[in-house]
Amino acid sequence: MSKVGTAGNKGKSVRSDCFVTLEVTKSNGISIDINSKVGKLFGDSIHKLCEEELSYFGIENAKLTVEDAGALPFVLMARIEAAIKKVIDTDKQYIPDMLPENVYQTERDRFRRSRLYLPGNTPKLMLNAGIHKSDGIILDLEDSVAPDKKEEAKILVRNALCRVNFYGAERMVRINQIPSGLNDLEYVVPYNVNLILIPKCENADQVQLVDEKITEIKEKKGIGYPIYTMPIIESAMGVINAYEIATASKNVVAMAIGLEDYTADIGTPRSKEGKESFFARSQLVNAARAAGIQPIDSVFSDVSDMDALREVVLESKSLGFAGMGCIHPRQIKVIHESFTPTEAEIEKAKKIVKAFIEANEKGLGVVSVGSKMIDPPVVKRARRIIDLAVSTGKLSENWRDEDGE
Amino acid sequence: MASKLVKNAVGRLVPTEINGKKETPFRGIGKYIPKGREAAPPIVSSSKFPSDGNKIVGSLKEALIKAGISDGMTISTHHHLRDGDLVSNELFRVIHDEIGVKDLVWFPSASFPCHKPIIKYLEDGTINRIEGSMNGPLGKFASEGKMKGTAVLRSHGGRYQAVQDGEVHIDIAVIAAPTADPFGNANGLYGPSACGGLGYALADYRYADKVIIVTDNLVDFPAIPMQIEGNYVDYVVVVDKIGIPEKIVSGTTRITKSPDRLFIADLTAKFCDEAGLIKDGFSFQMGAGGTSLAFGNNLHKIMKERGIKARFAIGGVTKYLVQMLEEGTLDYILDGQSFDLDAVRSMRENKNHKDISVFHCYDYHTKGNYTTMMDIMILGATEVDVNFNGNVVTHSDGYLQHGIGGWQNCLYAKNVILPIPLFRGRIPVIKDEVTTLCGPGELIDVIVTERGIAINPRRTDLIDRMKNSTLPIKTIEELKDEAEKICGKPKKPEFTDDIVAAIKWVDGTIIDVVRKIKE
Repeated sequence: MSKVGTAGNKGKSVRSDCFVTLEVTKSNGISIDINSKVGKLFGDSIHKLCEEELSYFGIENAKLTVEDAGALPFVLMARIEAAIKKVIDTDKQYIPDMLPENVYQTERDRFRRSRLYLPGNTPKLMLNAGIHKSDGIILDLEDSVAPDKKEEAKILVRNALCRVNFYGAERMVRINQIPSGLNDLEYVVPYNVNLILIPKCENADQVQLVDEKITEIKEKKGIGYPIYTMPIIESAMGVINAYEIATASKNVVAMAIGLEDYTADIGTPRSKEGKESFFARSQLVNAARAAGIQPIDSVFSDVSDMDALREVVLESKSLGFAGMGCIHPRQIKVIHESFTPTEAEIEKAKKIVKAFIEANEKGLGVVSVGSKMIDPPVVKRARRIIDLAVSTGKLSENWRDEDGE
Repeated sequence: MASKLVKNAVGRLVPTEINGKKETPFRGIGKYIPKGREAAPPIVSSSKFPSDGNKIVGSLKEALIKAGISDGMTISTHHHLRDGDLVSNELFRVIHDEIGVKDLVWFPSASFPCHKPIIKYLEDGTINRIEGSMNGPLGKFASEGKMKGTAVLRSHGGRYQAVQDGEVHIDIAVIAAPTADPFGNANGLYGPSACGGLGYALADYRYADKVIIVTDNLVDFPAIPMQIEGNYVDYVVVVDKIGIPEKIVSGTTRITKSPDRLFIADLTAKFCDEAGLIKDGFSFQMGAGGTSLAFGNNLHKIMKERGIKARFAIGGVTKYLVQMLEEGTLDYILDGQSFDLDAVRSMRENKNHKDISVFHCYDYHTKGNYTTMMDIMILGATEVDVNFNGNVVTHSDGYLQHGIGGWQNCLYAKNVILPIPLFRGRIPVIKDEVTTLCGPGELIDVIVTERGIAINPRRTDLIDRMKNSTLPIKTIEELKDEAEKICGKPKKPEFTDDIVAAIKWVDGTIIDVVRKIKE
């Protein structure tokens, strides 16, 4: 009896994706049937891709059907590979070439004001995600992927890491919950991922498990670039252990809170005002700041209400958060604007930083603006504001010269 | 098509004869200047018309028979009712079922997907061909070579020009009117099928041999305002329903929700701003597509911030333009087509919202043309090539899918800007060569995509002004390469030698043709 494997998506609203059906047969060679929206323009190249991939996996007799809604080659490749892996046992991977422009590293303290979630099995949302310039882009393998699609999503996410240019955004992947999420790492660590999000994190062990696995893969593959982690706290226990989690590894650079699961865990619905999560959010900010990492807020789920989002972000900023999640590109601008310092904040910060530099130049131990003494942490906060203002274009890099000094 | 093919001024092979009529290949912009006098309406005498002013006849059939309908005639209709038009389908049903003439030429100002039922009359020979813009199913039908005659696609202005030049003689014009009186005065402002202006029909009622008004809202004489004067009208037919209101006010009038299109719209507005195009007293025009509307929204924001007022806008009018008028950032709307009920209301109530016939205002044979006065012109395209040539009628797979609309005419504006995605699905929008050349690159100034902005090298002034911009200014070749890197390079569609449609330039010359798809 022949075995049939399928992968991908089809249907009216599906774009930039395909649905692949593979039947491995005993004889009669390869037969490929392509029904593509762009068949007149790309039919031949899709056919060739199918042949090459089947041959790579050593399949000599099969019937392959591709129902294509304009999938790019990396998507076609992933779907075919996923279908193949449903019918044959193989360790081989059919990996597209890495785009040279996708090879970049991240920094520990880079801004993480916004991180855009992309469902890991929906290629059409990936292609243009980078143009919206969120600080980070998350290819999500966890909650946005249906359980029966987890395997094919891993392959798709791997290929997307290779082929989709996110134009400088920090390249993030949210793996599945530990322990099963550990298996996801094989598919992402070798492909210039910058940061791994660890969902539903409850204790330091989970962070360390991820860390060890990353280190193991990096050593095996001879990878030198840093890969940081961002645990997401989504339970009462996680909140209690926040500091332990934040300090579990030197690779933890930020810690986020997921309020949907958290509010469910404490047995109350998530309200607009968010009183029920005030403790958790503050606890998270406090733990993260104590550990010297960035506290990151949850997502705001009403993508059409920009005014409400603005309020939430401002509150988030006032609680001490350094960033927030986005589930739609429209949210990025609002989040950036709100996390960007105001004119008044910038003016004040400029005075403080100037005074600090002058004091240093004069060899003074004490910084003062007017008659007020300025403590070191105030200087630190002012510098952070200046950096943020410069990076968002609100302040020129040479602001000191331009201020006429 | 046995006719000889010649290479025209944009390098396309075009025939010198279409549907048995001699044609002139495109010679270059402003190079073809026909002279003399051609079309004129027949001489009529008022004594031959009812002295009580009542021109109502019992049915469409009766009106058509009185108008002398016969084989081979050219029948025109208009697209004020857009995808909600019921009159064109009913017209050809009556012609086919109740009269039985054939070999007609249908000369619509545009066709819509709702006209799909007309395909069966093209198949059975009732209609020989369509001369007019074709959308959706009709375009597909023509692309597969199933139409008996060769389609001729013209711009809005070109349609007027074709009538004046005698290229098209309208035997009977059938005009759907949301409100009319028994004398034939008509407007689109009132009634269950209100659509705004009726400007599309101007050439038709001035030049046609016979003019029939079809209305579902008869009022006593006089129907005011007289957007169409009854003195041009032969017969009035009253029916139950001329249109489906929710389809007349089309769905295109909402700002896009697509983040990518919003991004392009935002980039376009930033470009206009940095290039210094947004200044007191300027004029602009944009379509009613989602991206255009989003652009308008951004434009409005910039104008409000700076206290800038625009003098006039031509539309394609939607509530967004009406809002600008009402908030005082815009002095006048010149309305060629009202896309939603707010536009219809505004035209009714606001004297600064004036209905115009874009067909006439864009016409090549008028004493001056509105489009050359426009500062900012926002247009779309299915494809653009590295020489900035544009295509609006076919898709990259070669199928005829859209009409020209006012697109060609609008290319004459001072700054023609095309906000378009770099690729749609997997299909790159910027090519080495457009599938069908509808507009020469020398008239297209700026392409704005989500991955960069290309300025036509001829516009050294714009290039100069954007020299220090932080916007992603790139060459068109760079954009093309970027698209191909993402999508792969598509194969060209394959065609047979059969010509299924001719694309006219605004002056009546042939700029390109569409060939039959190879199966």
